[in-house]
Amino acid sequence: MSISTPEMPRTPGADLPEHPDFLWENPIAKRNYDVVIVGGGGHGLATAHYLVKNHGITNVAVIERGWLAGGNMARNTTLIRSNYLWDESTAIYEHSLKLWEGLEEDLDYPILFSQRGVLNLAHSLQDVRDSRRRVEANKLNGVDAEWVDADGVKELCPIVNTSSDIRYPVLGATYQARAGIAKHDYVGWGFARRVSQAGVHLIQDTQVTGFLTDGDRVVGVRTNKGDIGAGSVALTAAGHTSTLTETLGIRVPIQSHPLQALVSELLEPVHPTIVMSNAVHVYVSQAHKGELVMGAGVDTYNGFGQRGSFHIIERQMAAAVELFPIFARAHLLRSWGGIVDVTPDASPIVGLTPYENLYLNCGWGTGGFKATPGLGHVLAHTIATGTPHELIAPFNLDRFVNGRLVDEHGAAAVAH
Amino acid sequence: MQLIECPRCGPREEIDFTYGGQAHIAYPEKPAELSDEAWAHYIFFRDNPQGPFAERWVHSAGCRRWFNALRDTGTYKFLAVYELNEKAPVIP
Repeated sequence: MSISTPEMPRTPGADLPEHPDFLWENPIAKRNYDVVIVGGGGHGLATAHYLVKNHGITNVAVIERGWLAGGNMARNTTLIRSNYLWDESTAIYEHSLKLWEGLEEDLDYPILFSQRGVLNLAHSLQDVRDSRRRVEANKLNGVDAEWVDADGVKELCPIVNTSSDIRYPVLGATYQARAGIAKHDYVGWGFARRVSQAGVHLIQDTQVTGFLTDGDRVVGVRTNKGDIGAGSVALTAAGHTSTLTETLGIRVPIQSHPLQALVSELLEPVHPTIVMSNAVHVYVSQAHKGELVMGAGVDTYNGFGQRGSFHIIERQMAAAVELFPIFARAHLLRSWGGIVDVTPDASPIVGLTPYENLYLNCGWGTGGFKATPGLGHVLAHTIATGTPHELIAPFNLDRFVNGRLVDEHGAAAVAH
Repeated sequence: MQLIECPRCGPREEIDFTYGGQAHIAYPEKPAELSDEAWAHYIFFRDNPQGPFAERWVHSAGCRRWFNALRDTGTYKFLAVYELNEKAPVIP
């Protein structure tokens, strides 16, 4: 006899399928691979995925010193948007956003991508002018964007304090409706499961310590568990890339900084969008389960300690409570720090290196998560063809010498 | 919040200070003769070690003077503070 249960309203996430017993294999590393990807975070896994999917390259190893997607992938605030100012940035982030929009089907795995829109608040006349400029730049690049006034902000996110008597009143905001959040763990697991099914080796708990070279070619990586040969090598190690390239005599203009985030206890749904403010510096979304997820800027000093200064959190909370008075009684559940690699022009460094089969991907600063599928797609193309994909050509290392910088600092509501 | 030892004012809270990046970056002796690459390295490229790092700080909410510090970027601990014209101390 079958028992029927009545349809009950469910919270997002409650309909997820049970996880299978395993999502990926844990193979013993082979002696050689066509492609070795250093770093098993979102970027490394996505690169492996598109190597398989678009280029039929499956003899691939992704080497991770900790556990898969356990570094910055597990330490970010999962915001996805493409409302950057400069054409080059908009192009790569919009490419990524379009891939996000089809990623659940592509991976055949739930990633809880929720396009709830992002408001980037303006608090001064100059903010308003910069914001309107960015909206027009976005429209010219085919990215959805609009300017909304303070009443519009209130309509989209009723809990924002839009009164005019606060220290930094909300004068309006840019709004990108297609922006959203995704469940970071599921994104990592979805990619890992997919590439593992295709035969890619995911090698965890193995640290790459250096490289094997032959003239101007890299022929393998040294790890704490032995050497592994490689036809090509891609570095997708986020905050730790410069320590790796140093062993090859390649300098990258990167400074690693701690970036902190925190979550509140679980609350019922109160926050329907994402709200970011550069001026008072806080950004907030509400996770699927109900935590308020908040971030601010990086600590000013260099650091690798995966923790940061308390005063950064203090200022961020002060800003949050002024913008969202109802947060005043919310309890902080936990905070954490990740290490982000920041470049002088606040744009990533992706592409070729002086070694002809070594590919660089670093310097995403605070913006790497949203780029995950887009970067994977174009880096896989670059590795498979040996030529930089047109979307990442502007982000080559040589831009610091030839002066063609993509200076996104402060231009696109970036947080570093 | 950690205390930072200002050489002139003594220990003060971290929030009193501003970070100035890597120390001991000298202006090029013959700037007119520098290649584009050398200029790029002077302007944009800095060391990024995990461990002791010689860097500049200014006590902006105090004496407003610059000094150098040797700080461990893994633990964030200040190993030494010293004057701008001094060499970085060697920590055993």
